[in-house]
Amino acid sequence: MRDFYGVSLANPMMLGTARFPSPAVMEAAFRASGASVATVSLRREGQGGGAFRALVQRLGVPLLPNTAGCHSAAEAITTARMAREYFETDWIKLEVIGDADTLQPDPFGLLEAAETLCADGFKVFPYTTEDQVLAARLVDAGCGVLMPWGAPIGSGLGLNNIHGLRMLRAAFPDVPMVIDAGLGLPSHAARAMELGFDAILLNTAVAEADDPAAMARAFALAAQAGAAGAAAGPMTARDMAVPSTPVIGKAWL
Amino acid sequence: MRIELNGTPREIDAGNVAEALRACGYGSDRVATALNGVFVPFAARADTALSPGDRLEVLVAMQGG
Repeated sequence: MRDFYGVSLANPMMLGTARFPSPAVMEAAFRASGASVATVSLRREGQGGGAFRALVQRLGVPLLPNTAGCHSAAEAITTARMAREYFETDWIKLEVIGDADTLQPDPFGLLEAAETLCADGFKVFPYTTEDQVLAARLVDAGCGVLMPWGAPIGSGLGLNNIHGLRMLRAAFPDVPMVIDAGLGLPSHAARAMELGFDAILLNTAVAEADDPAAMARAFALAAQAGAAGAAAGPMTARDMAVPSTPVIGKAWL
Repeated sequence: MRIELNGTPREIDAGNVAEALRACGYGSDRVATALNGVFVPFAARADTALSPGDRLEVLVAMQGG
């Protein structure tokens, strides 16, 4: 598996920490899945921030702070700098949101923030679309990882544009890529990995399942199966049937 | 003076960001700070002067996706 800014992950699954019914259930989901990265945020004090920091540190995995909810490059840059000091990591999941309904990235603000943060020494994980031109600009800016969306955040729709994602994967064969957002079912995770992506990042599909820990484990197994399948070299699909049992030697009856 | 702390108007007796944090009861809590939209590093808090009407954000770890 490709590494992420020099860090290789034992498990190609990154998991968010939001929307779980309780901290204990969140911790159980990490334990059950072996998720290798935890995403976190910074918010105004008032809901036990210190305790939450202790909890996520106990997970024993790298933290990936996000800039969720930022709608401008300036907001995202300030949030990233606050997160770097607070969480003591230069990793940042860079989100610059351009539309309140679809939560799709603002490509212009994203690029502007990525340029500033990469120059400032951050290791940027940009939440982006499957747009190849934007991807090229982000790589030029210094991003060593890309995180294209599968579908809008929290939608559970899976991979909305398989063709676009396949084209993106092929265009940047050496850039580690994480499918971030929109996954709803373990089969979506397997598909993402079969397409050659290097990891998945999800939250809602696990946190809102009836049994989050069991669902987290199901996603991890699916992601690992998809990765194993991609590494094994899949056959090429074809339109016509081809008998698998030899025709030669068949009896005349 | 009157400043805005996390979006709420607040009367405080403080000349800089470090004093404001003490005055607002953060003590030695681990927090991240921004003044008027600009990040204020831990080491710069005592040297970052406050003016009336300033917007001070004090953030902590929270759940995120």
